[in-house]
Amino acid sequence: MIYFMVLSGMENWRLNKIMTSLKEAMNEACDEHFLPGNSCCAGCGLELALRWAMKALGDNTALVAPASCLNVVVGLWPKTAPDFPFVNMAFAAGAAAATGFDAAFKAKAHRFPQGPWKDMTAMTFAGDGGTTDIGIQGLSGAAERNTDMIYVCYDNEAYMNTGIQRSSSTPHGAKTTTTPFGKQQYKKDLPRIMEAHDIPYVATCSISEPLDLYDKFKKAKEIKGCRYIHILAPCPPGWGYSSENSIEIARLAIKTGSWILYEVENGVKTISKPSKRYMDPEKRIPLTDYISKQKRFSSVSEKTLIELQNQVDKNWKKLASELKCQEEYL
Amino acid sequence: MTEAEQRDFIQKKESKILKGNIAAAYAAKSARVQVISAYPITPQTTVVEKLSEFVDGGLMPGTQYIKVESEHSVMASIVGASIAGTRTFTATSGQGLFYMNEMIHWAAGARLPIVTTLASRGPAPPWNIWADYFDVINARDTGWMSAFCSTHQEIYDEILMSYKVTENPDVMLPKFVAYGGFVLSHTSKPVMIEEQDLVDKFLPPLPDEEGWEHIFIDPERPMMHGNLIMPSGFYMEFRMKIHDAMVRAKEKIKKVAEEFERMFGRSYGNGLVQEYKLDGADVGIVIYGDLALQMEQAVDELRDEGYKVGMLKLRYFRPFPEEDIRKAAKKVKVLGVVDRATAFGSPTGGPVSSEVKSTLHNSGIETKVLPMISGLGGREVTLEQQKDQLKILVKMNETGELPDDLLYGTLWHGKLEVE
Ligand SMILES: Cc1ncc(C[n+]2csc(CCOP(=O)(O)OP(=O)(O)O)c2C)c(N)n1
Ligand code: SF4
Ligand SMILES: [Mg+2]
Repeated sequence: MIYFMVLSGMENWRLNKIMTSLKEAMNEACDEHFLPGNSCCAGCGLELALRWAMKALGDNTALVAPASCLNVVVGLWPKTAPDFPFVNMAFAAGAAAATGFDAAFKAKAHRFPQGPWKDMTAMTFAGDGGTTDIGIQGLSGAAERNTDMIYVCYDNEAYMNTGIQRSSSTPHGAKTTTTPFGKQQYKKDLPRIMEAHDIPYVATCSISEPLDLYDKFKKAKEIKGCRYIHILAPCPPGWGYSSENSIEIARLAIKTGSWILYEVENGVKTISKPSKRYMDPEKRIPLTDYISKQKRFSSVSEKTLIELQNQVDKNWKKLASELKCQEEYL
Repeated sequence: MTEAEQRDFIQKKESKILKGNIAAAYAAKSARVQVISAYPITPQTTVVEKLSEFVDGGLMPGTQYIKVESEHSVMASIVGASIAGTRTFTATSGQGLFYMNEMIHWAAGARLPIVTTLASRGPAPPWNIWADYFDVINARDTGWMSAFCSTHQEIYDEILMSYKVTENPDVMLPKFVAYGGFVLSHTSKPVMIEEQDLVDKFLPPLPDEEGWEHIFIDPERPMMHGNLIMPSGFYMEFRMKIHDAMVRAKEKIKKVAEEFERMFGRSYGNGLVQEYKLDGADVGIVIYGDLALQMEQAVDELRDEGYKVGMLKLRYFRPFPEEDIRKAAKKVKVLGVVDRATAFGSPTGGPVSSEVKSTLHNSGIETKVLPMISGLGGREVTLEQQKDQLKILVKMNETGELPDDLLYGTLWHGKLEVE
């Protein structure tokens, strides 16, 4: 693993680059913690997200999973797929329950200084519904308190557990069972909202870029305070494509520029390597290449398509000007 | 740390003039709670303020105090902290308890020995912040134990006793300790704060590193909790076990009250109920919470006037002490039940009246029961009114007739006369 320290004029920020090569990953990321036998659908994005997150975090991680697909795919009682402490939780309670873990670990570290308690990581692993909708208050509270925890949103862009209903993370134009003619509103940009909380670490990931995801979790593990990681996690039945195409679909989200990988460390934003080249609009492939492969967008009109494409372009422009501005004040 | 704070730090036995809320905060400190999570709501606020003073002022070393953004998060974080094997505490009132409702069920289902105090208040609308036990009673079927306090000292004492009951391996259920908003939360009385050593001796030791027996967060012993269970799995049995534990708790509660009396010299009847002058009484009244204190005086005064009246102070609503209710009912011919809470549309009066009636049903006990509701939303209940309540029972006993202004069999005592 290679660490780069990029020093700047400001003392209180640093950019740690952890870059794990494929070869290194083959050696060090072999342990599985979310074991085979779980009941994820074939091609489930959530499964890959959790597997790779746990490869990076390893032991001493305790997970809270608010109501979501994850609560079901871990196995029906008494069977269970995770080999680490795992607590299923009420839908809106993800962030707060992990806050409780963290408080308990700190209280236990006081009483049992020899124990593992000060090295424990409390993590919430929530869906987009549990994060962007019902759980946002608890998450915002935990972030404002800079609770020492990692909050992960695996984003499959709808309520899959209850049968593909819309969430505020569902993109414009997508059909769900509660938006049978396509969603009118646009996707809520939660990572940006989390950025506004000024927490030490915010990152976006995709299951198509496991090494990038792995590195970001490695980095997150070393940081104290509230860390937020948002992972695009396609869902074959929910999005309407066949299960062998999950990686391709997730990668197309990046290639079209509709999902941007970046990280914000102590307020400093950097575009992650897999997304970097798509800063250049010429390099981005047309959004239709992504959309046409998913049944949820099957009845998207020309107008909606243009709106969606405009949204992508606008997001990049915003990002570019933000980075430029950042350069000036750093 | 000032000198006074130093003294507080290792608590000596000390009588202090305290508001009910402050007594609750002292009890949490005496119990050495490890994780507190709270959100302010009138009339609970001064509990969480005092605890902030204790924790942030370094008087509770090691204790984590999470100042969350809502009551749902209060109970979620307390559930998390308790799952991870710590002694926990929180406090709330009315709306706050309603807001945490989902997590209340979670706490009981996960069998967590959480203690929560309630400065009970009336539900809105219209906004009301005064004594009314609807909040705790509304949590009847959650699997939480619930107790009422009628004095400032009892708040402190009951919280200490609570940890001994909830953390008993045969019980492992959460518990509410409720006391009337403002009447107790914001008035001051002398409260004996006990010596830390003695409290430590009385209470079970804080959970050890392994945590609770049935639930823990331990990287060495990874545990999955709360995953989906099919109807053919043990779901029904888990529910039965909660009921079992609740019933079993009665013996523990009695034992703990006994031990408490032996150690600290204060008696709370058998723990579940406290009888007052029921022997030789013709009529009795079942009452709970702050209203019980003044009722004692009403009983005394009527006894002086020659009326044979007595009272049963109900300390626990869950588990419900049906044996003690039957025992008390046998002693009298008419039993009034005063609820400072409602049970809308109930055919059997207020919430506690309903329990008393169903307890006596088919028991062969012929005692008549008169449901009474009084003091809702902090409506003042005067000594005269309480004597009046007793006299109504006396008259019922003499004439054999029910009072004629019952509303669906319930006497709404102390209501305003509306034209
Ligand atoms: C308070 C509450 N409301 C509703 C539900 C029903 N429910 C369970 S999971 C879920 C959707 C979860 O969506 P998301 O967080 O996106 O996770 P996913 O299932 O997509 O993985 C809903 C609505 C619930 N469990 N609790
Ligand atoms: S419905 Fe989607 S998110 Fe849920 S298990 Fe299946 S593929 Fe994964
Ligand atoms: Mg989802």
